[in-house]
Amino acid sequence: MSARDSILARLRATSIAETLPLPDVKTWFDAHRRNEDTDQRVTRLRAALQAVKTEVHDVSATDWIEALLRIAASKGLRNLLIGTGTAHGAALQARQPEHLKLLPYADAIDSWRDVLFDDIDASLTLARSAIAEIGSLILWPNASEPRLMSLVPSVHFVLLDVATIHSDFHSAITTEGWKDGLPTNALLICGPSKTADIQQTLAYGAHGPRELVVLLRHAEGAAA
Amino acid sequence: MSQVIKIHPMEDFKERSRGVLNDPGQRKNFRGAMDFLMAKRRAQFPDPEELQGLRDLGSAIRRYSLAHLPRLLEQLEAKLTANGVRVHWAQTPDEANAIALGIAQRVKAKRIIKGKSMVSEEVGFNHAMEAAGIEAFESDMGEYIVQLAGETPSHIIMPAIHKTKQEIAKLFADEIAGVAYTEDVDALIRIGRKVLRHKFADADIGLSGVNFCVAETGTLCLVENEGNGRMCTTVPRVHIAITGIEKVVEKLEHVPPLYSLLSRSATGQAVTTYFNLISGPRQPGEKDGPEEVHLILLDNGRTQAYADEELRETLKCIRCGACMNHCPVYARIGGHAYGTTYPGPIGAIISPHMLGLDATYPLAFASTLCGACVEVCPVKIPITDILVRLRNEAQARPDSMEATLRGSGAARTTAGTAVWSVWAQVYSRLGLYKLASWFMSRGRALSPTEQGAWTRSRTPLIPAPKRLRDLLKDRKP
Ligand code: SF4
Repeated sequence: MSARDSILARLRATSIAETLPLPDVKTWFDAHRRNEDTDQRVTRLRAALQAVKTEVHDVSATDWIEALLRIAASKGLRNLLIGTGTAHGAALQARQPEHLKLLPYADAIDSWRDVLFDDIDASLTLARSAIAEIGSLILWPNASEPRLMSLVPSVHFVLLDVATIHSDFHSAITTEGWKDGLPTNALLICGPSKTADIQQTLAYGAHGPRELVVLLRHAEGAAA
Repeated sequence: MSQVIKIHPMEDFKERSRGVLNDPGQRKNFRGAMDFLMAKRRAQFPDPEELQGLRDLGSAIRRYSLAHLPRLLEQLEAKLTANGVRVHWAQTPDEANAIALGIAQRVKAKRIIKGKSMVSEEVGFNHAMEAAGIEAFESDMGEYIVQLAGETPSHIIMPAIHKTKQEIAKLFADEIAGVAYTEDVDALIRIGRKVLRHKFADADIGLSGVNFCVAETGTLCLVENEGNGRMCTTVPRVHIAITGIEKVVEKLEHVPPLYSLLSRSATGQAVTTYFNLISGPRQPGEKDGPEEVHLILLDNGRTQAYADEELRETLKCIRCGACMNHCPVYARIGGHAYGTTYPGPIGAIISPHMLGLDATYPLAFASTLCGACVEVCPVKIPITDILVRLRNEAQARPDSMEATLRGSGAARTTAGTAVWSVWAQVYSRLGLYKLASWFMSRGRALSPTEQGAWTRSRTPLIPAPKRLRDLLKDRKP
């Protein structure tokens, strides 16, 4: 008998008498969900992100590029990795910034891994959405904005549209219908990479980005 | 190769414990770390009602998942396979290592970079790979420190909790070429980051553990702060995940409550930096991610725990480590004294299934049964009840109905059995009890002043001059 069949046979040999109902997770979250509007969610998300050393900047649909360039200049960044075929990437390229070299993630990683690890200062990705309760950004890497963009460069910019902020993790999963189509790698991110493995002392930039910069993009006309 | 460290016999455990108890530095490290973790957890649960509700929900999800385990494992396998993930099953550590080795040899791997995985510790993964000429390199900062020091983790969440920054500073200066002694934690982390960055880029295989497997979507969830888990599961060409068969849940919506309980109980964080959901290898058109993803599902004694209703509760564990952080025994003797991969209360109840009760029964006795672990366990495992059960199993007659585990009866001795049977006789017969207690109180002067371990730190036990019944009789008008 294969290992698989032996293990399953041993498990099946135990008849479990109780018929447990499917745990009602929805009811629990419904009962504990805060009834908040977008502004309140933004406030909560911002506080949670800032508590873990994340920079949060309010931007609008028209000024986000200038804001990003200003921040990049203040950090002395030489280059920025951007996705391919995205509206925000195209908008940034159209602006043709003078002091920030834009590098599209155009080829499979296998041919330029060393460049990514050694020569790229920062990256920009668009968050799919976010979760106010736990201050997490949801990223949905794909062919346009691959997984390593949010991991390898030392500074990671995330553009987030405030209208996409969910109240809690459960509502993010259910309203967005995750069970019917997850990407190969979905992600929740809260803050820059960190560790407390040396004598419980918190240190940032363990392996992933040392700095996380969130551009909270408000709809035009909304109070930023 | 089975688990690297074993405790055989009881004396090993006692000796190890004594070593730590006599080391003020170690005791201070553990005390400080446990106080820190307890305070952080407490701050995360300000509302006792919410905590109880969430624990009930977490426990219900884990119980439901275990009640349907065979079906969920098959569903998980089918979903993962449809997603392009290859699923392997291993009954023993040797089988698990052989599967990983088979993959490594097929892809001609020379280097494996590892994320944090207690199951890989459980199977002695690094040793098995090294024996086959493959380098297995730890990338979690704590694990990296421990590996550099030639040690094993002393805690399931914070592997290097037993080390001070001065010890780590010395270790780095001694072991890493070109590194000067520094106690600056940021600088130490930068050094670790630099060493490990290139290891990620150079590795052929990334190995990770799994926190939750989701059957309905075929998804492997990974909870972490450092980003090394993401590196290991994204940068190398091949990703191998290894996990116990009990980690599966049915629905994706079952994950958020468990994730919340895990991060808040483990490190006192509302949420970790990264929550990674992996549902498949790199797809056509994608520019990164591993080309192959494998999942090794390990039994290693878990089916033994599963077969018994009471012991099955052990498998609800989400490996948060809160039970050890709150355990007065763990806080004093630290993780290495246990000599098993999983230390503390969870180690005492899970290790007998992995290594046999004969090799691990002392752990069940290393408890005050104070119940602190039960109070904090986010999924409500009745740890103390299980400890008592294991104590009984350890002393059961090997061929009796009470002996249900591998290694049952290992703590049974002829002298001990005789003493307890006399005790039982005396206690269950009133006349005999009266007579025995009369003799004991009258003969109290004969009580030995040396009473083994008891008198090492306590005054001797001497029967009272008068029995309770005599005192009551005296008070009668
Ligand atoms: S037994 Fe409970 S407290 Fe201990 S590690 Fe497991 S889940 Fe956490």
